[in-house]
Amino acid sequence: MSREKRISRGAFLKAMGAAGVAGSTLSVLACQPNTSATGGGGGGGGPEEKKLNLYNWADYVAKSTIPSFEQKTGIQVTQDFYSSNEDLLAKLQAGGTGYDVIVPSDYMVAIMAKSDVIQKLDKSKIPNAKNVGKEYEGLSYDPNNEYSLPYQWGTTGILYNKKEIGQLDESWDPMWDPQFEGKVAMLNDTRETLGAALYKLGYSVNATDQEQLDEARAELIEQKPLLSGYFDSTESRPLVLNGDLLLGHVFSGDAFLALSENDDLDYVVPKPAATRWTDNMCIPNGAQHPENAHKFINHILDAGVGAKLSNYTYYNTPNAAALPKIDEALRKLSGYVLPDKVFKRLEVIEDTGEATREYERIFTEVKSS
Amino acid sequence: MGGGKGHGWSLGLAGLLAPVTIWLGLFFLVPLLLILAYSFGTSGIYGGITLGFNPGNYLKVFDPLYLEIIGRTFFIAALNTLLCLALGYPLAYFIVFKGRRWRNALVLLVMVPFWTSLLIRAYAWVVILGGNGIANRTLQFLGITDEPLTLIFTPEAVLMGMVYSYLPFMILPLYAALEKFDTRLKEAAQDLGASRWHTFWRVTFPLSLPGVIAGSILVFIPSAGEFVIPDLLGGSRTVMTGNLIQNQFLQARDWAFGSALSVLLAVLLLGAIMFYVRRVGTDKLGGI
Repeated sequence: MSREKRISRGAFLKAMGAAGVAGSTLSVLACQPNTSATGGGGGGGGPEEKKLNLYNWADYVAKSTIPSFEQKTGIQVTQDFYSSNEDLLAKLQAGGTGYDVIVPSDYMVAIMAKSDVIQKLDKSKIPNAKNVGKEYEGLSYDPNNEYSLPYQWGTTGILYNKKEIGQLDESWDPMWDPQFEGKVAMLNDTRETLGAALYKLGYSVNATDQEQLDEARAELIEQKPLLSGYFDSTESRPLVLNGDLLLGHVFSGDAFLALSENDDLDYVVPKPAATRWTDNMCIPNGAQHPENAHKFINHILDAGVGAKLSNYTYYNTPNAAALPKIDEALRKLSGYVLPDKVFKRLEVIEDTGEATREYERIFTEVKSS
Repeated sequence: MGGGKGHGWSLGLAGLLAPVTIWLGLFFLVPLLLILAYSFGTSGIYGGITLGFNPGNYLKVFDPLYLEIIGRTFFIAALNTLLCLALGYPLAYFIVFKGRRWRNALVLLVMVPFWTSLLIRAYAWVVILGGNGIANRTLQFLGITDEPLTLIFTPEAVLMGMVYSYLPFMILPLYAALEKFDTRLKEAAQDLGASRWHTFWRVTFPLSLPGVIAGSILVFIPSAGEFVIPDLLGGSRTVMTGNLIQNQFLQARDWAFGSALSVLLAVLLLGAIMFYVRRVGTDKLGGI
């Protein structure tokens, strides 16, 4: 469930991410609020100080995103990074984080709304919300977009070496094919990897039925001897690029980065279903600069800003007005612009409540089998 | 600090000890007690924790899956300690007794890896051992292999990475223990007719035991808590207790179970170390 370091380029950032995970575990245990981003006051009813604290995934804004906001509004942005949704949740639950805008993924928005750590958005302050495409509004985790507006979205599928193994069918089966033994990697992500097994079996990614979960476990235990390992998406990308892997289970942005570097590769969104995820902008309860936060969200949803953002991240934009401004080279990559019939079979990962721990136990069991 | 020694002690030393006491109390003892309290709490479905007395978190450990992971962790940690000792002892011995004027430089070289982060070094191994990495290309260039070998993302790679990372923690205490060794004892033993083999096992080795014990503990404890190396070099195909604990906090949102596992790991480590010190320590030391 940690969509870790989604787009960080290269090993160094990845390493920093791992260090961040280790560090944040400690700070969770010590219940230390992050004081680095706490502004002096400002919540006193008067005009807000010209500051904004953004808490985001690493390498997830274009070079121009923040400077253009600072120029337009005079608000100074400070950015900090987290490496998993759970990490973010833990920080907010510990209280007093001082952040004004956060970017949680789908299911986490629902959890945060239920645990009362994020506040409702004032849409009257976000006129650009009208730019959000219909397909990206009112998703199950926030049906009326009361708490969140989408930032970026993408799919989870298979990046593979087309030159070596030929064009793949739209199917999960190749990830279980013994002829690719040792050259396959699944995501080191409980929900996505159990999800792939559930999809392959024709079940929903949000299954909570014990029998279905048991079948998924059996699929993954059968698959394990074929795997090179369970990697983060950013780890698999270079391994597919340099030939160590033939197939990698990855997030679409990593696939598109690889595709743009090497014509021999291809990306497929398998049948019968695959994951479509969305990262969303939310404002935590107790944010000290809520006015500025609304301005920032509005800025991101501007057509030009949104296009530049996605042209940098290589993920998809939920911004319908930005769509025409997406680079032609990016739109031409296979799987970037999805035909309707492919888009319709995508599923959104939802929180599974009590079953979360069963998912976790199953993935642990698979990994130690 | 004239005056009586006793008064100097109470003022001067107490003043010196205050900062470290406050530091350890605040940043070590309090978090530790917090983990202990959490381990008896109840985790909310959406994270967070309700304190109370819930021994269920400890009972959960008696799942064969988790017991196996804990058992494997101790096995890997013990194997790593043995390998570090087997590799580190001859090196420390060589540096002390044959290093001559190079001694300090050699000790410095042992410490060089600490100048960069463990994560960066682990990544270096990914580059070296990969399918198209330096190791495989060298083997193929020399004609020893035709195809790339699978050197990384295996249990062996994990063990290799751990030995590499923790070896200095073994060598340095061994060096410190051997450095204090009075070489005249060796000469005396040989004068009295002991073979070199006997001299080593009856004189040198027993006197270096404090270093062996310190080194073993310094290697064993962090090995048992390791979670980065199994992920980076093992491709997450091997689960150790450290990974399990990390997952409870960052994935399963089960802080109570994660805390119970942490407490249990600490207690087991303490038990293992006390057993080890009793067995190896007093036994052999007493036999001199």
